[in-house]
Amino acid sequence: MAYKKTAKKYSGKISQVTVGTGEKAITLGGKNVLPFYKFDGEAGNKPKVGIEIMDESPSEWSGEFAELYSEAGNDTAAWAKLVEEKYAPDFICLRFEGADPNGKNKSVEECVEVAKKVADSITVPLVVAGSKNNDKDAELFKNVAEALQGKNILLLAAKEENYKTVGAAGALAYGQKVAAESSVDINLAKQLNILMSQLGVKKEDIVMNVGCAAVGYGYEYVSSTMDRILLAALGQNDESLQMPIITAVSFDSWSVKESLATEADEPQWGNQMERGIHMEVSTAAACLVSGSDAVVVRHPKSLETMKKFVNSMM
Amino acid sequence: MGLTGIEIFKLTPRTNCKECGFPTCMAFSMKVASGAVEIEKCPHISDEAKAKLSEATAPPMKTITVGKGSSEKKIGGETVLFRHEKTLVNKPLIAVQFCDCISDERLEEKISNIKKVSYDRIGEHMQAEGAIVKYCGDKDKFLKVLGNVKDLELVNILYCSDAAVAKEGLELVKDTNPVLLGANSENINEMISLAKEYKATLGIEAGTIEELYSLAETAEKAGQKELIFNVGGKDIAKTFETAVETRRAALVGGDRTMGYPSIVFANTLSDGDDYLQTALASAFVLKYASIIVLDDMSYQTALPLFGLRQNIFTDPQKPMRVEPKIYEFANPKSDSPVLVTVDFALTYFVVSGEIERSKMPAWLMIPDSGGYSVLTSWAAGKFSGSVIRQMVKDSGIEEKLTVKRLVIPGKVAVLKGDIEEELPGWEIIVGPDEAMQIPKFLNELA
Ligand code: B12
Ligand code: SF4
Repeated sequence: MAYKKTAKKYSGKISQVTVGTGEKAITLGGKNVLPFYKFDGEAGNKPKVGIEIMDESPSEWSGEFAELYSEAGNDTAAWAKLVEEKYAPDFICLRFEGADPNGKNKSVEECVEVAKKVADSITVPLVVAGSKNNDKDAELFKNVAEALQGKNILLLAAKEENYKTVGAAGALAYGQKVAAESSVDINLAKQLNILMSQLGVKKEDIVMNVGCAAVGYGYEYVSSTMDRILLAALGQNDESLQMPIITAVSFDSWSVKESLATEADEPQWGNQMERGIHMEVSTAAACLVSGSDAVVVRHPKSLETMKKFVNSMM
Repeated sequence: MGLTGIEIFKLTPRTNCKECGFPTCMAFSMKVASGAVEIEKCPHISDEAKAKLSEATAPPMKTITVGKGSSEKKIGGETVLFRHEKTLVNKPLIAVQFCDCISDERLEEKISNIKKVSYDRIGEHMQAEGAIVKYCGDKDKFLKVLGNVKDLELVNILYCSDAAVAKEGLELVKDTNPVLLGANSENINEMISLAKEYKATLGIEAGTIEELYSLAETAEKAGQKELIFNVGGKDIAKTFETAVETRRAALVGGDRTMGYPSIVFANTLSDGDDYLQTALASAFVLKYASIIVLDDMSYQTALPLFGLRQNIFTDPQKPMRVEPKIYEFANPKSDSPVLVTVDFALTYFVVSGEIERSKMPAWLMIPDSGGYSVLTSWAAGKFSGSVIRQMVKDSGIEEKLTVKRLVIPGKVAVLKGDIEEELPGWEIIVGPDEAMQIPKFLNELA
């Protein structure tokens, strides 16, 4: 006998969504095979890797991050410019930690100013993430979307609780892209995509954020959710699941013990920042082979590593 | 890929003697084919026919045992490509590579690193499971390194395509179910004899998947059925492709000649880039390595990698729950605080580990919260003020207390008011978000 290839052809295809404008615009999705299975068919656009910045000083993360970005001081726009020039991310994810009503509760106006400044100082696409407070985020996204009309930004994200405002303002009124966020469940992801479509948001304007967990912390649910979504999108040609996936890896990977414990807490474990980076690249790589079309990471080393990873896999 | 009723019928004596309890051999055969009856029910079936049948009904991917004694491990044996289809069964082993070009210093360092990274996580012991020694031309050094590494008592993996040297190496690790890597189209016959002589699993490698296939066929024909594919080369995309293609040809294509475990050299592929090594090793945990080779052992690589592996190889059909009850730490007294969490095994292990680390006396109360994590069960309405009150009442904890302090997870701080209403007389304290802050928190509380 001789070897016979067991190829797998699918009828469905992941849609393509473009974020940003001009030369640096990125297009997500486009594959009709499982992630990186270019030997089966069209592997689509290379997955994109973005870096996370905040509306607050990087010292909120740790002294080491503050040092890394010391040149930028406390100016978020300078920070954005610095990461673009120095680390060449595919996109920048600006997260409004300070907008949280249970935290600094910065006003929407203040946040919009920051978003505008950031957008004006970079050429790569901008992804805007909120404070995790549904009501505040709805207001925030609506106003940011309006202020940055024409920039084709991605709002991360619209949830079941606020998709009407975020979808209507973000995508319909101001022509931005919207990520539909669900919590690690194929049915919830599908349902929110359908709701967004019924609202009138076009498929080319929707990305999915299907949730994430750091490796070791229930990550198997993330992986299985993505497996099932892709198999339905490609194999059953389920149009309501064919949106590309963005995963904010950094939001989870830096808040578990492996990344948070200091050397004093766990003397055996070695350098804390190194641990954080390894947690981040492990989680990001797992997400990319499971199905993410874009990942957000925090550390420049993680960015560099994941770009290398993507380039060598495709 | 079982046999059909007709095929089984041909293996029976076709005498219709009815001893199996069926009127005819044909009726019996149909039942066997559907899996309803064991072939053994027919006393007249020849051993040869039985072997044929068990071969035909064997799982598409072989399970191979490597290592001996405390290091014994099973690899392969997977039946599905995706864990949600059923479950993945045998975790990929993590192995560290040595070679004969290593300095004595580095050798010692790596051995000590392997020993150092050894810990428990959620009921599982984590450490490197295998050690590879590669032959690069210095036979004496190769044997010396192998001798040292062998004392680690891990799965011994020899990577050596020179059969004469390999034989001396195998002699050193005799009776340990070792793996012999390095069989290729030039040395396949000698390597097969060696593998058979020393009961080793034979690792084959080739430039293309077609060649890999024909090497596997050669080995099978010679009776060597403990095989492993070295699916990697220097190219990352190609390695990924071969790992996927071999697994798929076996599980979907039903071709057992491809149904062997695989080994991936994340160290070679990442070429000295430690971060990339972690990323690649993680990717190959998901798809589809059975042994993953690293350059060295360190906590920074082990923590994510073993955590991911543990997650991916949990059985989705088995709920991961612990018994709802009051757990005691360091002989808690009537004024010790009561911490409350959920019955999700992962959460329990993380939280209980931290309470132990604090060495502080404490009660840990776990109500029935559906087996979900803190936020999941809260979002699902299974971890609420009334659930917690019910548990306080049912458990009778109050009778053991003179000071009633309840510490709730920081992530559900919103429950505070609710619980205060449900449990008058109790002080409700919002604990930290992350369990790792529990030791500091408990020390300050006391
Ligand atoms: C895996 C997962 C699931 C799995 C369940 C797995 C399980 N057995 O729990 C599935 C897919 C089934 C699931 C379902 C749902 N989920 Co869910 N899920 C997750 C996910 C990805 C990881 C959870 C996890 O395993 N964490 C790890 C454990 C160890 O964390 P933990 O229990 O919180 O414990 C930590 C701390 O709380 C602390 N701690 C624990 N106990 C204690 C005690 C004390 C005293 C102290 C001080 C500290 C402490 O220590 C631990 C480590 O630091 C999270 C997202 C995320 N990244 O966290 C969402 C998440 C928890 N889910 C969420 C939701 C909404 C749901 C659903 C309600 C969705 C729905 N509408 O159906 C359902 C509910 C279940 C149902 N069917 O009824 C939301 C909750 C949102 C919110 N903030 O309220 C989250 C946050 C996702 C999101 N971003 O939207 N989920
Ligand atoms: S016992 Fe065997 S030989 Fe007899 S009827 Fe049954 S199958 Fe046929």
